[in-house]
Amino acid sequence: MVHTLCRTRLRYAVLRRSSALPRGTPARYTRVMAIGLLTRLAQPGHFMRWSGALLPWVAGLAVVLLAVGQYLTWFVVPPDYQQGETVRIMYIHVPAAWMAVFFYGAMAVSALGTLIWRHPLADVAQRAAAPIGAAFTLICLVTGSLWGKPMWGTYWVWDARLTSMLVLFLIYCGLLALWRTIEDPNRAARAVAILTLVGAINLPIIKFSVNWWSTLHQPASILRMGGPTIYASMLYPLLVMIAAASVLGIALHLQAMRTEILRRRVRTLTILEAERLDAALMAPQAA
Amino acid sequence: MDLGPHAPFILGAYGFTVLVILALVAHAILDRRAQERALARLAQEPPRGRR
Repeated sequence: MVHTLCRTRLRYAVLRRSSALPRGTPARYTRVMAIGLLTRLAQPGHFMRWSGALLPWVAGLAVVLLAVGQYLTWFVVPPDYQQGETVRIMYIHVPAAWMAVFFYGAMAVSALGTLIWRHPLADVAQRAAAPIGAAFTLICLVTGSLWGKPMWGTYWVWDARLTSMLVLFLIYCGLLALWRTIEDPNRAARAVAILTLVGAINLPIIKFSVNWWSTLHQPASILRMGGPTIYASMLYPLLVMIAAASVLGIALHLQAMRTEILRRRVRTLTILEAERLDAALMAPQAA
Repeated sequence: MDLGPHAPFILGAYGFTVLVILALVAHAILDRRAQERALARLAQEPPRGRR
């Protein structure tokens, strides 16, 4: 990445000296360079190179953070005065909820990339993110349910937060089904991008549902005006687990994107091979 | 460590999470291998039907 930045800077310096670029402020050149660098990094070929180099480090960091987070969860975090040991479920439930929303947000940004710029990597990113986001949403729902039974006395209530998370899971499933339904990848990408953006309206509903309606689910206790309401000995291990889940999610997403690019290459080569075979079969008949 | 009367809920939550994460990792590895195999097969195939 540094090498690419240096090369981009060098190219612009050469262009600037040879008056190939119009005159402008240094900030404008920096902006142009940044856009140029991002464009280069987002090309599938470049992406495969830099993501291949980065992936082992991201995966290693995820393992280290998970190990540290789990140690803190089981050996440092004290039992809660009300929840007792059941509070330990929160150290997977909260990171899973964060990742469920994070991946949908990333998919919404990718959907804009597909619809506005028609960037091939945007659809790849979106398609790779959907199963991972769905998996984290399912973890959030199941762990929340297993926490709810001993704490609330029920596995499930049709409370606004729980229901909006269930809707998020159903949207993820719907998007995955839509990709499989439409055979033409370009049409599928546009349809999924539109549905993703429509579904993004659920994100603020999830976030603010505990403020807008009277819910059994507790209100926000980390991202809130006035700071977190959790004591430090419980908050920092939770933040470590959130960081671990984020890095793990990024590693899985990078890997899934790389596989998706390979899948599209396989599809293109298979179509070319089929066209060659068709042409070979038709040639003797024409003669 | 004594997890108290709610141990099945706590262990159930962690067990389910581990299963899902392992399934995600296994799917990522197996899917990549399948695509790499398919790509290698297509690259090695001789251009059939060419004269």
